[in-house]
Amino acid sequence: MKGGGLNQAKRGLLGLGLALMAVSIASAASVSEIMDTEWREQLGRFFSMRDPSLRFALVGSILLGLSCGLLGSFIVVRRMALVGDALSHAVLPGVALGFLWGMTKDPLAIFIGAVIAGLTGTAVVNALVKTTRIKADTALGLVLASFFAVGLCLLTMIQNLPTGNKSGLDKFLFGQAAALGADDITLMAIVTAAAVALITMFYKELLATSFDAGFARVAGIPAEWVHHGLMLVLAAAVVIALQAVGVVLVSAMLITPAAAAYLLTDRMHRMLLMAGGFGILAGVTGAFFSFVGRGLPTGPLMVIGASTVFAGAYLAGPRHGVLARWWRQRSRAARTERENTLKALYHVWEDDGFRDVGVTLADLAQRRRETLDEALRRSRELERHGMASVNRDAVYFTPQGRRRAAEIVRNHRLWELYLTNSANIAPDHVHDDAEEIEHVLGEKTVRELERRLDYATQDPHGKHIPGPRDIHGGVLAGGDKAEGEP
Amino acid sequence: MNAKQSPAPLEIHDLTVAYHKKPVVWGVDLEVPAGQLIGIIGPNGAGKSTLIKACMGLLPTHSGWVKVFGKPLKADPTRVGYVPQRESVDWDFPVSVMDVVLMGRYGRLGLIRRPGKEDREIARECLDRVKLLPYANRQISNLSGGQQQRVFLARALAQQADLYFMDEPFAGVDAATEAAIVTVLEDLRDQGKTLLVVHHDLPTARSYFDSLLLLNMNVVAFGPTESVFTAEMLQKTYGGRLTILSEVASTLAAEEGGNPVRR
Repeated sequence: MKGGGLNQAKRGLLGLGLALMAVSIASAASVSEIMDTEWREQLGRFFSMRDPSLRFALVGSILLGLSCGLLGSFIVVRRMALVGDALSHAVLPGVALGFLWGMTKDPLAIFIGAVIAGLTGTAVVNALVKTTRIKADTALGLVLASFFAVGLCLLTMIQNLPTGNKSGLDKFLFGQAAALGADDITLMAIVTAAAVALITMFYKELLATSFDAGFARVAGIPAEWVHHGLMLVLAAAVVIALQAVGVVLVSAMLITPAAAAYLLTDRMHRMLLMAGGFGILAGVTGAFFSFVGRGLPTGPLMVIGASTVFAGAYLAGPRHGVLARWWRQRSRAARTERENTLKALYHVWEDDGFRDVGVTLADLAQRRRETLDEALRRSRELERHGMASVNRDAVYFTPQGRRRAAEIVRNHRLWELYLTNSANIAPDHVHDDAEEIEHVLGEKTVRELERRLDYATQDPHGKHIPGPRDIHGGVLAGGDKAEGEP
Repeated sequence: MNAKQSPAPLEIHDLTVAYHKKPVVWGVDLEVPAGQLIGIIGPNGAGKSTLIKACMGLLPTHSGWVKVFGKPLKADPTRVGYVPQRESVDWDFPVSVMDVVLMGRYGRLGLIRRPGKEDREIARECLDRVKLLPYANRQISNLSGGQQQRVFLARALAQQADLYFMDEPFAGVDAATEAAIVTVLEDLRDQGKTLLVVHHDLPTARSYFDSLLLLNMNVVAFGPTESVFTAEMLQKTYGGRLTILSEVASTLAAEEGGNPVRR
């Protein structure tokens, strides 16, 4: 079963890669049509890495993908997705003010302005929740919209100013990785390194306060400080991502890679690694298409990349994925069907006193109250799984099939006996329940049941409960020799 | 034991806690003796959870103070263990059973330091005590309600505290789990630890606890179970809630008829 899961995971990843490639081919084609550029030439430039602006864009995307993925994991498990959204919109007036400070696009001034604006926004949210009856979601929406509106107005005013070097400021809305400069990259590297270092150092504290803040506080972990620290690093990470992703979509880079990782794993440290990886993947994909597409905004492309990863995780995830779940359900249903056929064969064979070697299709059909065609289809299904062989109008157990059939019958009768004896349920009420249980009883439970029932050999209806000898050969046809055969 | 010389595990003076200016717990005075299993009972909304949360500093207090072993709580948080209500966390959280129990060690580790081999050993022992060792590597969402409750208990055991607060540890667990938890609590008591347990089931409260704290906004009664668990006191605590009272009155009558209660 485990190996199957792994294979499924591999298959899922393969599917994911194919989907990404399909998307890339499609969008590359459309991009070339729209922009009317030589995308082949752009492609060559991309992979040769000669262009310094391209190198910056690529390094920047990797850095922001990593920091957003890591921090986003905590945002997702702390249920703070809306906070990330509000924070990212609230930074916009800070960007404008940072520009107005020196009338130039100085990364540090903009960074400081934006972080201050973002933290002011979250402080306003907290104040609203504490001092009024307004709940957190409303307060977040309110702050998000008002700060964003102020930021938009300020940015438009700056665009209309007669002085100053305004190039690149308009990219803060939808993002343009190609606009990143050396100073931007330095800042991004510092913030990402700080985020990675802090998460590594305070992983334990972050984990405990995210899972159970009350318990963490009682245990002496400064949950408040951990929260404020996380918000500060988050604000910084949002701001460094702004220029490449844009204010509008930066929160998607926080939550989408993390949400995809959340679907794929059950452990926090793995989720962090995966989310970081997905973030980088999305960032690079975005930068790539933005470059090939000549001036297409990077932010939307990165988010499309991240969403593709998420869709892949949702559909093809090995455990929580829709396809895997559907497949598991289907194969379970098919197995139950096969086992029911085996059981019917056993019943016919038992009524016959285990005399004949095979069971006729007619008897099987009669037993299951079905047509001959259906009985034949079921028998062929058993044959495909090595449980029986069909020869003209009769079905013969293989040793493996005979054993499984005896096990199912034993499970059914044991369970009926258990319900009547130990749970005081009338014998005529236990059959339907046993029909379900018989397919899921494990060997361990069976041993326990046998022990509790004192190794009884008769079920409540007076039928024989197959014991180890019946199952593993001996009395019945087949015998020990047959066991070893394939 | 030197319980007499050392300060009481928990001392509460004139504690008032308010939600939106409406007092929930009002003027509570309490001195809890060491080495006892104490049940906190009272009707819904009596402030049982609020009281223990305020004692642990999880809620802002309006007035009064709380001392743990003669000192403010912050002085040494490692002496206090906590079992929160099961519903208070997200059980889809991506951690294993072992991860959660290890969190009980975090308080002792201090900042930055990671749990080591010894902590893992302790966590394993604690899991074994609540019979969950085979589940150590399971993700927590795959557990039943009773198993979740035992994970929380194991995490509290891993804290190796001297004073425990437990918020409804028997809520929604089956009879077998309840019995297993009671055994663990009694073991802790026998080791000289002090346990305050919020409990909602009156009939079992009587047999589980050494002492009872009857609470309805303020302390109605606090003392040994046999002297506090009386129809008169329960009437005072639960007021006009006749259904509960008649239920308890009948159990009391039945028990007093059979074997008289010591006074």
